[in-house]
Amino acid sequence: MLRRLTLCMLLGLLNGAPSHAAEPVAVVASFSIVGDIVRNIGGDHVSVDTLVGPEEDAHVFDPAPRDAARIAAAKLVVMNGLGFEGWMDRLMKASGGMPKVAIASEGVISHSATIDGHESMDPHAWQDVSNVRIYARNIADALIQIDPEHDGLYRANLARFDGELIALDHDIRSAISAIPAERRKIVTTHDAFGYFARAYGIEMIAPQGISTEAEASAKDVARIIRQVKAEKIPAVFLENISDPRLVETIAAESGARIGGKLYSDALSREKEPAGTYIAMMQSNIRELTKALMP
Amino acid sequence: MINLFDLLIMPFADFAFMRRALIGSIALSIGACPIGVFLMLRRMSLVGDAMAHAILPGAALGYLFAGLSLGFMTAGGLIAGFIVALLAGLVTRITILKEDAALASFYLISLAGGVVLVSLRGSNVDVLHVLFGSVLALDDHTLLLLAIAASVSLLSLAVLFRPLVLECVDPSFLRTVSNSGSLSHYGFLALVVLNLVAGFHALGTLLSVGLMMVPAFAARFWSSTLDGMILFATLIGVLSSSLGIVISYHAGTPTGPTIILSAGAFYLLSILFGQKNGLILRLLPRKHLVA
Repeated sequence: MLRRLTLCMLLGLLNGAPSHAAEPVAVVASFSIVGDIVRNIGGDHVSVDTLVGPEEDAHVFDPAPRDAARIAAAKLVVMNGLGFEGWMDRLMKASGGMPKVAIASEGVISHSATIDGHESMDPHAWQDVSNVRIYARNIADALIQIDPEHDGLYRANLARFDGELIALDHDIRSAISAIPAERRKIVTTHDAFGYFARAYGIEMIAPQGISTEAEASAKDVARIIRQVKAEKIPAVFLENISDPRLVETIAAESGARIGGKLYSDALSREKEPAGTYIAMMQSNIRELTKALMP
Repeated sequence: MINLFDLLIMPFADFAFMRRALIGSIALSIGACPIGVFLMLRRMSLVGDAMAHAILPGAALGYLFAGLSLGFMTAGGLIAGFIVALLAGLVTRITILKEDAALASFYLISLAGGVVLVSLRGSNVDVLHVLFGSVLALDDHTLLLLAIAASVSLLSLAVLFRPLVLECVDPSFLRTVSNSGSLSHYGFLALVVLNLVAGFHALGTLLSVGLMMVPAFAARFWSSTLDGMILFATLIGVLSSSLGIVISYHAGTPTGPTIILSAGAFYLLSILFGQKNGLILRLLPRKHLVA
């Protein structure tokens, strides 16, 4: 019964599909957030394959042979850049393919983050919506270059998506301005929110280093608890990738509220609240508001 | 004096998580270090390592099934450990493979199976994080689990003590006078599994083997009686836990590894200065007894 139903739906899809025979352009995106932006600009004309999927951590991604094959078959590879995908160079060489490579973050003003004395580039530029407007433009340019026939369509999609981004940016700003200024600070397990903090004026304090690989020491935890108490930080947040037990310890001992899930460098699965970039940012701002409003 | 107080006592007075870490790792030392002495004496020092690898996939599966749940991860680890111990014992008995080979084969299968199952679910990063344990984030339930594991293993060791000692010194004699040999053997392996699973919540499976074994090795250089070794091992375990936590607090090093490194430092000191067969004592000319 179920199988017949699926078959009917498939046939229906086939019938309803637009009749122009053009194959969709094969694009590989390095991780879920860039993949979503490509989907927004490319629409039906591109088929997007994402290497690091939803809820996965791109910092420690371990490419499989299948991933090399996907890259070899692709016309365009879109990556974040800023040192986010350290594994991409080797994977590109291993794949043997020669797709065009687009760095989505090109032209973004990058910031560095200093953790434990190491100065390194912070790649999480998409946490500032105005950067994602640059991402979208770069991706549209790349798509137009490899598929100039549909440039009108890509431009139209870009204009629509850009409008949504402007509205999103506006929503975030008005939500933050509703929070009393002295309460605009949180602790999270992952300092992927440097760009967000800078753009929207929320102070973010992280108990761990810039990468999810570092293990916390008793000193770090004690320092954070002291800081939460001294600066009266209203909330601590569990990040969707790191060890949540540490945050619970800090919250219990400092009396701060435990915030919900903040998405930093991976989207959630489709059914969950952060299935797209815009939904992710909206979900984050909802959680922030909930935890920080007095 | 005040300085020493600030250095050693203040961290625990100021922070509940430091007190919890201390209590948890002391409980762990009390349970695991005597087990380590028996493992060492029975030339099974590497069995702890093998068992830790066998437990890991079980705990990981528990995590994938129910998230960060103490109950599921504990149950998963215990079940995986028991299955591997039982199967290895069975294969040793009914085939020509020796125990080390049987154990190695099953823990390798268990480990590989665990890795495959975990990667089928997609992400493996969060699991890795969880498997490293966090001695800084022990909640009430975890502390209770550690205390229960320590109590159970002390009581069981008291019951199993005589057959275990016999098996250490003369296993064939034990077989002729009693058939409790296999019971005590499996009981003992169960205690190894129990302590590793408990330790896994605080230190992660691999590091908890360190707290089990390294103090036992160090204790070998301080006493030649079993009671003495057990006492010294537990003492060294407790000392290195406390020292590791304090160093991690002041120097900012990750806590679990610092505890094991402290135990390692005790071990090296014991090799050099130990009362029993320590290198320095052996190199010094011996005094003749004067009548």
